[in-house]
Amino acid sequence: MSARLLQVAALALCLAVPLVPGLPSFWITLLNYIGLYAMVTLGLVVLTGVGGMTSFGQAMFVGFGAYTTAIATTRYGLSPWLTLPLAMLTTGFCAWIIGVVTLRLSGHYLPLGTIAWNVALFFIFGNLDFFARYDGISGIPPLTIGSIVFSDGASMYYLIWLTLAVMIIATQNLLASRVGRAIRALRGGVIAAEAFGVDTARAKMLAFIYAALLAAVSGWLYAHLQRAVNPTPFNLSASIEYLLMAVVGGAGSVWGAILGAGLVTVVRDQLQDILPRLLGAQGNFETIAFGIILVAILQTAREGLWPHIAQLASWVKPAGRSHAAAGALAPCGRPEPQAAAPLLEVVGLRKVFGGLVAVNDVSFAVDRGEIVGLIGPNGAGKSTTFDLITGISPPTAGEIRFGGEAIAGERSRAVARRGIARTFQHVRLVPSMSVIENVALGAHLRGRAGALAGITRLDQAEERRIFAEAARQLGRVGLGEMADRPATSLALGQQRIVEIARALCLDPVLLLLDEPAAGLRHREKAELAELLRRLKGEGLSILLVEHDMDFVMGLTDRLVVMEFGTKLAEGDPATVRANPAVIDAYLGGVT
Amino acid sequence: MDLSILLILVQDGVINGAIYALLALSLVLVFTVTRVIFIPQGEFVSFGALTLAFLERGQAPGTLWLLVGLGVAAAIFELMGARRQLTPRLVARILAVDMALPIAISALTLWLAPQKLGVVVQVLLALAIITPIGAYLYRVAYQPLAGASVLVLLIASIGVHLALTGLGLVFFGAEGSRTDGFSSAMFDMGQLMVSGQSLWIVGITLGLVGALAAFFELTLLGKALRATAVNRLGARLVGIAPALSGAIAFTLAAFLGALSGVLVSPITTIYYDTGFIVGLKGFVAAIIAGLASYPLAGAAAIVVGIIEALSSYWASAFKEVIVFLVIIPVLLWRSWRAPVIEEEE
Repeated sequence: MSARLLQVAALALCLAVPLVPGLPSFWITLLNYIGLYAMVTLGLVVLTGVGGMTSFGQAMFVGFGAYTTAIATTRYGLSPWLTLPLAMLTTGFCAWIIGVVTLRLSGHYLPLGTIAWNVALFFIFGNLDFFARYDGISGIPPLTIGSIVFSDGASMYYLIWLTLAVMIIATQNLLASRVGRAIRALRGGVIAAEAFGVDTARAKMLAFIYAALLAAVSGWLYAHLQRAVNPTPFNLSASIEYLLMAVVGGAGSVWGAILGAGLVTVVRDQLQDILPRLLGAQGNFETIAFGIILVAILQTAREGLWPHIAQLASWVKPAGRSHAAAGALAPCGRPEPQAAAPLLEVVGLRKVFGGLVAVNDVSFAVDRGEIVGLIGPNGAGKSTTFDLITGISPPTAGEIRFGGEAIAGERSRAVARRGIARTFQHVRLVPSMSVIENVALGAHLRGRAGALAGITRLDQAEERRIFAEAARQLGRVGLGEMADRPATSLALGQQRIVEIARALCLDPVLLLLDEPAAGLRHREKAELAELLRRLKGEGLSILLVEHDMDFVMGLTDRLVVMEFGTKLAEGDPATVRANPAVIDAYLGGVT
Repeated sequence: MDLSILLILVQDGVINGAIYALLALSLVLVFTVTRVIFIPQGEFVSFGALTLAFLERGQAPGTLWLLVGLGVAAAIFELMGARRQLTPRLVARILAVDMALPIAISALTLWLAPQKLGVVVQVLLALAIITPIGAYLYRVAYQPLAGASVLVLLIASIGVHLALTGLGLVFFGAEGSRTDGFSSAMFDMGQLMVSGQSLWIVGITLGLVGALAAFFELTLLGKALRATAVNRLGARLVGIAPALSGAIAFTLAAFLGALSGVLVSPITTIYYDTGFIVGLKGFVAAIIAGLASYPLAGAAAIVVGIIEALSSYWASAFKEVIVFLVIIPVLLWRSWRAPVIEEEE
């Protein structure tokens, strides 16, 4: 049974629920709320589970949606169908403002900032005449389509669950798209993603606004279901509850969101019945259970309950993807480096960390079609030099010229756009993505599809080309068989090779490889050397850091030797090997 | 508005600010040592104040249940965690710290509470009941998550906050309480009447800030805490147990929270959920200080208190709005200075 078929069956089952004879209308009401909550939780899946950020302000976004339609329909007589885009626009704009202020900061400022916003907004809703203070706004008209009036629970049920179904599909499409890969790279892959041209700040903002928009639609539906709004359902506790749903269900998958919304809603309903009777007093005692459940889930099943349920259903085949050739992917649009100057020229490069001079006035050059090795003992400043060239950190002083143009201090995104691709000494693959998805991230700059194209699957032609290219590069490095395996299931040496495939996906002019042969077996090293020679033959220039001397000596045209941040020697392998200073550095003065 | 009103407002602001300062300091302490963003800090304020209120009425507070319950849970976690290397001495120590201690405090409270022995005894009892809860809470809720990301720890904090607020309602009911206070003296200082209680608050805050500074600068334990804050792994390699540092940080946080509650309860009515909003104002100050600097957090807390007092005069309905939105310009400013790319853990 395929996953796609299962999804269709689940949808059909959902649509049949209200038709069950004798079903208490109370259950329909509960299901309506589950649907509304699941929409908000779905947003948290993208934001928290996938993007690794979190917000305690989702209820506030629901409130924006609900109040927008409440005010526009009751005071200005607007049609509810007109207020839907209005609600999304208002909420999206507010989310953008909040995002601008907090998203650039490290992870915990977003939740703290949204707590403050949510608390403040609750008091604004409750104290301004414009929002009818704590009394709220009533008399909101029901939704209508022609002569159909969505005035009761059962009719709203269809609207809510159909909307939810659309949102699930949209979210799955988004996450599978080019933009989705950028969002998924936020967790554990920011530096690598930036090095391949992904604007991670933009990806963060996109995830945040997307989550807010889902909440806004939920609020819009809520207002027309309740036909009245007041500030209470949009307070901080509600935001906390949405996060609880995401964590309990499992924020890593869209189904976890629905499971979490369902479980929390049903359990709360039961506890609100039982606990006050048990304790002999009125109050929201269910928060005690919720709090304990939340901590217990984090301690014992941090990914939530859904992955455990999904494991039981391992007979469901994942929807397979074929990476068949689908036309060539356009090369990265960029000006070709000028022919006259050396391809890469580093002059007087210097980097100081506090009192430590990590790179001390180093100069060297890489010509077209040349393989240059950067060698030296540990701590010589080789990886730091790579970081400076690729814009991961700015140099303290010195010049870096690429095709004659100064690039020192450019961000790593801009450097990638020039056609400089790299691998990392400490492998930086996105753990939650498959091998081929990681490689496809390398082709980010060669695609154009945005979030909307991704959601509507209008990007499919381009996606096929991107994946065909990724598959081609994987085949080139000899890992074609591994395409659909989780990236972290590969041996470390193979993960380095995957990074090379990812770098090749950028269609680079210059390739920077940081210890590519580490962790490879003898035969694999020979194959890697063969591959690099072939790439050189195709006109690619390569700068590599490596400790394996046999590998370096046989492969490179020239060597640059560094020690303690300073360039010690430069020349062809044979000359360098005979250089007394180099021997001294490597053998520690034993001659 | 004339000068005398301004002076009164500023005085109010400084008094509240002093309370926020205590909370902000413990938030910075807990965050730097354990990376936990300690949302439930405010619950200790409510618990401290209402425990004292119950003791003043000669009743045993419900927080005794929490003390003993969490103590037992901590003992179970501790015994399970160390089940492979249990020695009689270790078992005895665990049972003494996690079970005998809370039971002894409870017995003492049950014996002393009906006797109404005066404010000093009651305050000490209230602090003795609440303070160990911090350590047990760390053991049960946070220590199993010690390696998790800041985000996971924050979500756990929210869970703890939910549970403690609900328990507060069970223990103390929905009605608020006010306590008698340390001093009913009033001093006439020109245009300003200064209450003895407010002098106590400001005095104790200043004293504690000094004591904390001395603790971190001068004692080995304080230095160990700072070392853990900078680098957990490094601290562990040189023989500092992160679990111990965490327990100490949380004990201090519970103590400071309960003390804030005890200090503030004579000047304002405290409900079971008041602490949360008070704690969040401590957070505003701590965030302004980047969750890193003690002096900055203390100063920011005083500013927050004064802003709150002034806005309660001009726009009382929007008091909370103004206080919480103070952090926006601060976040904006920090945002501008933030590095371009930042990788989390």
